[in-house]
Amino acid sequence: MPTTRNWTDKNIEEIVGTLLRVGVSLSAFVVSIGAAIYLARHGREPANYRVFHGEPSDLRSLSGIVREAFHFRGRGIIQLGLLLLIATPVARVAFSIWGFAEEHDRLYMIFTGIVLIVLLYSLLGSGSAF
Amino acid sequence: MNILEFTILVAAGSFLAGLLGSLTGLGGGVVLVPLLTLFFKVDIRYAIGASLVSVIATSSGAAAAYVREGFSNIRIGMFLEIATTVGALVGAFLAAFISTKALAIIFGVMLLYSAYLSRKPRPRAQRNLPPDPLATRLRMNGDFPSEEGGMRQYNVQRVPLGFSLMFGAGALSGLLGIGSGAVKVLAMDQAMKIPFKVSTTTSNFMIGVTAAASAGVYLSRGYVDPGLAMPVMLGVLAGSMLGARILVKAETKALRLVFSIVIGVLGLQMLYKGLTGGI
Repeated sequence: MPTTRNWTDKNIEEIVGTLLRVGVSLSAFVVSIGAAIYLARHGREPANYRVFHGEPSDLRSLSGIVREAFHFRGRGIIQLGLLLLIATPVARVAFSIWGFAEEHDRLYMIFTGIVLIVLLYSLLGSGSAF
Repeated sequence: MNILEFTILVAAGSFLAGLLGSLTGLGGGVVLVPLLTLFFKVDIRYAIGASLVSVIATSSGAAAAYVREGFSNIRIGMFLEIATTVGALVGAFLAAFISTKALAIIFGVMLLYSAYLSRKPRPRAQRNLPPDPLATRLRMNGDFPSEEGGMRQYNVQRVPLGFSLMFGAGALSGLLGIGSGAVKVLAMDQAMKIPFKVSTTTSNFMIGVTAAASAGVYLSRGYVDPGLAMPVMLGVLAGSMLGARILVKAETKALRLVFSIVIGVLGLQMLYKGLTGGI
């Protein structure tokens, strides 16, 4: 079977393209809002990234990030935007499972499922993220 | 330097990295970490966290354009992503146990290799290879719009070798916070004999997913600083989007040479800093 690109494949690619574009734009928008707040409040403070001390726990976990963002803290809003960015490829993979299901391609549904599990493990299981 | 000045300078530097990276096709991600550590004196762990996030942005932005042109092969990409995401997780876990000096040395070697690879002439692609049974069973063979017009078909070769190389590419990506597009293209173009145009676009498609696998680990470990990742991500994204727009018309041969020299010099500097303990 040399040709795998049929109507559904094209259709899936169309939607995947839109999904990626929307995810990245939304993330950049949220990050920019956070940046404006952060720079307005802290722009004149000295910058120091020479010494590594890790982020506070509120900027490491989903619940912490959402809490910080809802308090209109600039760094929390930026982090929320970055989280949206990380979620974009994850959403793309999740959508692909549906796409392969539409094509009755069970083998690739399994492959895509494995990738999704690895991604979710990274986000949920690797630390205190959620 | 105050935070506002720092943010503007980092954003400008990242913009330039993104622009040159997309114009030359060598990727801006590889120069971000050296830029941040060598010129802005940022701790390499913060630099890797910020770079990783921006890699997702540029890859997803570019992939959005490529998937619609019909070059990238979603099946090849998805199958190989099993290897790259597991590799990325392993790399991200390893990063916690490796000293910053060793990270700098590995980074330096990787930069020198990228510079070498970008200068090496590509062997002419073999066409009309016989179908490989495993690739056929995995339904990887496909076609793409060729320059001569019409669709050109291709048969994928040596799937296990490509899969193993992809694991390595993923581990490097998770360890160093880069897209490792060069290794991905090597695995697909050289090992699996996938046409170059299909390799590069599919690689780009995979980079975002690979980076997302390790980004979760970095975020929960506290390596992603919003104040640093913000100018890096916005700068690289703007630069690479502009680069993709002018790419069609630009003469990139000389630019590619200059950028590969820059990558080589940065590689030597990272190596030197790692060996002398300046990082």
